[in-house]
Amino acid sequence: MSTSLSLLIRNVRVLDPTSGFDAIVNVGIRDGRVDYRDVAAPAATYDQTLDGSGRWLMPAAIDLAARFREPGETHKADFVSETGAAQAGGIGCVVLPPDTSPVIDSPAVVDRIRIKAEAVGGIDVQILGALTQGLKGEALASMSALKRAGCVGFSQALAPMRSALVARRALEYADGLGATVHVFAQDADLANGGCAHEGPVGTRLGLAPIPVAAEVAAIRLWISLVEDTGARVHFCRLSTASGATLIESAQARGLPVSADVAAHQLFMTEADLEGFDAMAHVIPPLRALRDRDGLREALKRGVIGTVCSDHQPHEPDAKVNPFPLTEPGIAGLETLLPLVLQLVHEQVLTPLQAAARLSLGPALVLGRAEPGVSPGASADLVLIDPEIEWTLDTADATRWHSRGRNTPFAGRRFRGRPVMTLYAGQIVWQAPTTI
Amino acid sequence: MKTPSLQLDSNGRLRHLLTMEGLSRDLILRLLDRAAGLADSTSGAEKKLPLLRGRTVVNLFFEASTRTRTTFELAAKRLSADVINLQIAASSTSKGETLLDTLKTMEAMQADMFVVRHEASGAAHFFAEHAAPGVSILNAGDGRHAHPTQGLLDMYTIRAHAPKARLGFGGLSVAIVGDVLHSRVARSDIHGLRTLGCADIRVVAPPPLIPAGIETLGVRVFHDLERGLDGVDVVILLRLQKERMLGAFLPSLAEFHADFGLTRERFKRLKPDAIVMHPGPINRGVEIEGELAYGERSLILQQVTHGIAVRMAVMAEILGEAEAGA
Repeated sequence: MSTSLSLLIRNVRVLDPTSGFDAIVNVGIRDGRVDYRDVAAPAATYDQTLDGSGRWLMPAAIDLAARFREPGETHKADFVSETGAAQAGGIGCVVLPPDTSPVIDSPAVVDRIRIKAEAVGGIDVQILGALTQGLKGEALASMSALKRAGCVGFSQALAPMRSALVARRALEYADGLGATVHVFAQDADLANGGCAHEGPVGTRLGLAPIPVAAEVAAIRLWISLVEDTGARVHFCRLSTASGATLIESAQARGLPVSADVAAHQLFMTEADLEGFDAMAHVIPPLRALRDRDGLREALKRGVIGTVCSDHQPHEPDAKVNPFPLTEPGIAGLETLLPLVLQLVHEQVLTPLQAAARLSLGPALVLGRAEPGVSPGASADLVLIDPEIEWTLDTADATRWHSRGRNTPFAGRRFRGRPVMTLYAGQIVWQAPTTI
Repeated sequence: MKTPSLQLDSNGRLRHLLTMEGLSRDLILRLLDRAAGLADSTSGAEKKLPLLRGRTVVNLFFEASTRTRTTFELAAKRLSADVINLQIAASSTSKGETLLDTLKTMEAMQADMFVVRHEASGAAHFFAEHAAPGVSILNAGDGRHAHPTQGLLDMYTIRAHAPKARLGFGGLSVAIVGDVLHSRVARSDIHGLRTLGCADIRVVAPPPLIPAGIETLGVRVFHDLERGLDGVDVVILLRLQKERMLGAFLPSLAEFHADFGLTRERFKRLKPDAIVMHPGPINRGVEIEGELAYGERSLILQQVTHGIAVRMAVMAEILGEAEAGA
């Protein structure tokens, strides 16, 4: 990486979730790191100075679930397009699930992705290895080799385990490696190929239901296995209030479990399926209002420590079909941070909590250095205009970067967005109209 | 809501028929009246009317069907439309041509109306969203969602045959019995009955066959057939798909018949003037005891006949010129 210009951001509100620092200061960035943070002006000079008045500076987001569609599905998206989308979304690190084609179940695939990521650059790409070979849920993947190749955890992505016995052995084995297992908790039998929350809207539209019990039963099983094995489990993409309650009680008993939620689950409900809107087709499904509110509450209290994008970009045709036949998923990289800011405006989260759920929470799940905005910290930062009002237009190429335009938030008014993203001290993205 | 508005134009006229949900009472009654008029004028030896002469109706069936497709075909032919029947196996669409490709190809043949049946809920809605201006979609059944012409013909049948219905639907008690979970007929009937003012709608089935939150559609749920049938004017039996029931919904068809089948014994408990309906095809000895199926209070065959008139009325309403006078 070329040496970057030094940068001073003056009068900016710093939100440092690790230290709890929240104040308006001057922040200096040099050689890839924060080198100054104080109310007083620095004695040193910087190549570039920026007025941060009215803006927030916090660690760039760490997104625990983003699909870049490489290898195997470049008709949907690729590393170049999605890196650009992540940067524009104020994201400094993405974690890729293993359900690529081929599946990330061998070091060769990890290396292949890593080479691609390094060639594109500008973002920290982390990889979850497959928990089982081919994600078939039967034979364990070569977890030790995958870990040596750099995988930060293991996962079945959306694929089920064949049995509780395989799940238990996988946890034991992962625990022996000190690795965290990322679990999408949905009982495949109870989900039964459904595509909508089991409730009044799905019933009226005649959509095959996924009951709340599909999530709750799976969480119960995995928590039992955590009790048995002591393995560290991160529950991905919670969709139910009952699921969050189970996680909370497990945490209260001291079990090593954490959880995340996709940003759209905090805003959308089963009501958004009205009119068979394929953009609202997601897995796990959008649930009842009380689930959305329960998830918000769990997020506020920190039971759910992370909000992720669950980014799943699609080609347009993937959503052009009758609802049950469309591919589930939302292109979410560029709405992750704006939606979390919306939670701040709705007073669900404080600004510091918002920063924590986007960076500190996921960093703890990954077991990496706690992100901060203090001298010595790596300058992976995002500068935010918390008040700017804007409308999401996926047709505007200067404003929307993902190849996937599958978002239910198109046309939605937002308040607040990233205006600049720094990665290792370099400005990797800035909003077209700023500065 | 998008679904109801998609099927009506800005003047409230029917542009597509996708679901009973959102149709006004006036519109439903007008369609029923029109169906009655069409039934009268095609009851003689000359069954053809020139209302849709020169128009092309394509039956686009992605799900096997004989009787429904036939009644749509007859309805269109009696209105003098040209009719094309296409039975498309789901497998052929998965070979590359998308549903949208199929629709656009057929549109290029200058069809005026597509009568669509598809196993996916929302399919008719999907076609309507993508149909070219001037092309209409008539839903002949989409997954578990809707079967609006069946809903209309059931309303027609009730109005014509249930003695109490002559005074309106307000005082009627209607029981819908059987596999409500998978039934688009039940959903369409419920919307129709509600809109016409029926205040006592019951769904009767063992719990696995009752979809979650069905009460929000304005029905009461019964798990006991005797109580569910108590004092009803109309019994609508739903078809039980035998192959579906193997998925642990029911212990056996015999047990279903024992608890939820309409037997001679239970038949005696109905009001003397109660009517029995079934969308067909019936499973003899499952939903209903064989010899009751065509008994004097069973309207199963009349429903088929009424289905033609109702489908003619819908086609005429959508494609035909606005009715002169009444």
